[in-house]
Amino acid sequence: MTAPLTLFEKVWRSHEVVPETADAPAVLYIDLHLIHEVTSPQAFTALRERGLRLRRPDLTFATMDHSTPTRTEQVFGGAPISVEAAARQVRELERNCAAFGVELLGLRDARRGIVHIIGPELGLTQPGKTVVCGDSHTSTHGALGALAFGIGTTEVGHVFATQCLLQRKPRTLAVNVRGRLSAGVGAKDLILAIIGRIGVGGGTGHVIEYRGETIAGLDMDARMTVCNMSIEAGARAGMIAPDETTYRYLAGRPRAPQGEAWDAALERWRQLPGDPGASFEREVDFDAAALEPMMTYGTNPGMVIPVGGTIPDRADDPVFAKSLAYMGFAPGERIQEHPVNVVFIGSCTNGRLSDLRAAASLLRGRKVANGVHMLVVPGSQQVKHEAEAEGLDRIFIEAGAEWRESGCSMCLGMNGDLVPQGHYAVSTSNRNFEGRQGIGARTLLASPLTAAACAVRGRVTDPRELI
Amino acid sequence: MDPIRTLRSRTVVLAPSDIDTDQIIPARFLTTTSREGLGEHLFADWRYGPDGAPRVDFALNQPEARGCSILVAGHNFGCGSSREHAPWALTDFGLRAVVSTQIADIFRNNALKNGLLPVIVEPGAHRWLIEHPGAEVTIDLASCTLTLPGGETVRFPLEPFARYCLMNGVDELGFLLEREAQIAAYEARSAVA
Ligand code: SF4
Repeated sequence: MTAPLTLFEKVWRSHEVVPETADAPAVLYIDLHLIHEVTSPQAFTALRERGLRLRRPDLTFATMDHSTPTRTEQVFGGAPISVEAAARQVRELERNCAAFGVELLGLRDARRGIVHIIGPELGLTQPGKTVVCGDSHTSTHGALGALAFGIGTTEVGHVFATQCLLQRKPRTLAVNVRGRLSAGVGAKDLILAIIGRIGVGGGTGHVIEYRGETIAGLDMDARMTVCNMSIEAGARAGMIAPDETTYRYLAGRPRAPQGEAWDAALERWRQLPGDPGASFEREVDFDAAALEPMMTYGTNPGMVIPVGGTIPDRADDPVFAKSLAYMGFAPGERIQEHPVNVVFIGSCTNGRLSDLRAAASLLRGRKVANGVHMLVVPGSQQVKHEAEAEGLDRIFIEAGAEWRESGCSMCLGMNGDLVPQGHYAVSTSNRNFEGRQGIGARTLLASPLTAAACAVRGRVTDPRELI
Repeated sequence: MDPIRTLRSRTVVLAPSDIDTDQIIPARFLTTTSREGLGEHLFADWRYGPDGAPRVDFALNQPEARGCSILVAGHNFGCGSSREHAPWALTDFGLRAVVSTQIADIFRNNALKNGLLPVIVEPGAHRWLIEHPGAEVTIDLASCTLTLPGGETVRFPLEPFARYCLMNGVDELGFLLEREAQIAAYEARSAVA
């Protein structure tokens, strides 16, 4: 009898081209390589310089999301992309994909979107696959039971040329979550609280598997929100064992297996969840029942408190003091009722349909407070289309928010959507680093529901006051 | 890649913990399609004032920092994004090693592929280094040791294969390309569709 294995170990083993030894890392096969405009150009250059072909264009898939504009007239009209270097990057991806035979969902494609939204949405991401992308939030795809992690551009070149990566086997960390989430509290609050507990470096060197009744009860969108932010705890990957929720989500998606191939895949996927008795190198238990809406107050995602909480005091920590100074906060201060200038709903963390529904449920029949700039950016063109079919766009627009084309947008300051210097932005994205959303921008990370509540009141608000 | 065996340099210190890749190289500089020239934008938002003039109080702008190739940084350096622009910016600036108590996974991988040494030392030595900017230290790859000015040496862990590649100037892609037969056999047996 073989030793019981975890989900991660099963996926890892089945992708070992050459297992690791003391002297050399494993050669790991990659089933799906997603690329985008920002981290791929230098890797294509490396192929050209060495005269190499791209080994498996059929397992490589490209889109553009980071530097693309979100204004309709710039995407579909004749208006130029305002950042010239970004326009060049977009053109270069088009040229590279054409030259190397890679399928590209280009700027005007109805299936384009943030790479981590469209992988699952198209059914490209599947349980048991190895998925990589030159982007740290590739961890998102682990929600479907894939082993998915971000790589650098040199490694993008390795996968281009060999479809493989040299990897040391990471350690395993189980995060066991039990207890029912109460009304107004969601997956974003859960993952922020987990990061607050284990710390922004707490998962370094590990792959996290999220387990337990709370996780099993989440829908796929929520599971993706959780796995997405694994990297904010330092973990390369986050995974959730596939189950009926996963299979229902995937069934019928354009790139998912169909017919007999579906039945065969299902049989394989059902073998993936960890065996009883499989052990992890570390385990953390988390009770979600008492969880409240969470919000960050500092400059990393681990600096997080309940919306109604008080900023802690760490008198002897100069880094903490510097972070609070950047944010314009003081120890012992409450963040609730603090004025808000910008609200951003979107990103690969919270740009899916259920996120937009949550925000819209709170905005229906209400207005965005005077002086607040609210931007709603669907994670993909398909999410946009589905949201419009439900009339969510009308709710946002009537409330006074802007409704845009899909992309990374205000999650990071490289496509023209920026938070002005010194302004407070409640954002559903994943990083509150200094300058992430624009020079001097002050980011408060929160759930879509909380962000919408803040937009209505113009102040940091517990969404439970409005639901 | 040029082989690296030893590095001897004075250190430059950035004490904060959790220095993320958005600080190392802000996203607005990622629209480049080449690897060169990023050193100018290294730590841009910390290094330059709103008027674009260098801030004199920032460590990397001080005259003593010129020519230093070893950066001593706070715990959990390089967290955040997978942008390889971060090690490109550091090496373009002239840095060859980062010393910390923890270095984020993706950054560490990217650093190794660009001849930038990630050196993890225990908290005692780290504290000493943080408190003594400009200390002359030696990093030796053969013995995996960092030697402090007083002659005291501390060991650091380094994955053997990465060390081999660094010391011999071997690039990993060449190694992978030599595994072609095994890769083809894997594809045949697992019928990767
Ligand atoms: S939405 Fe933000 S975190 Fe996600 S891929 Fe885009 S830039 Fe990265």
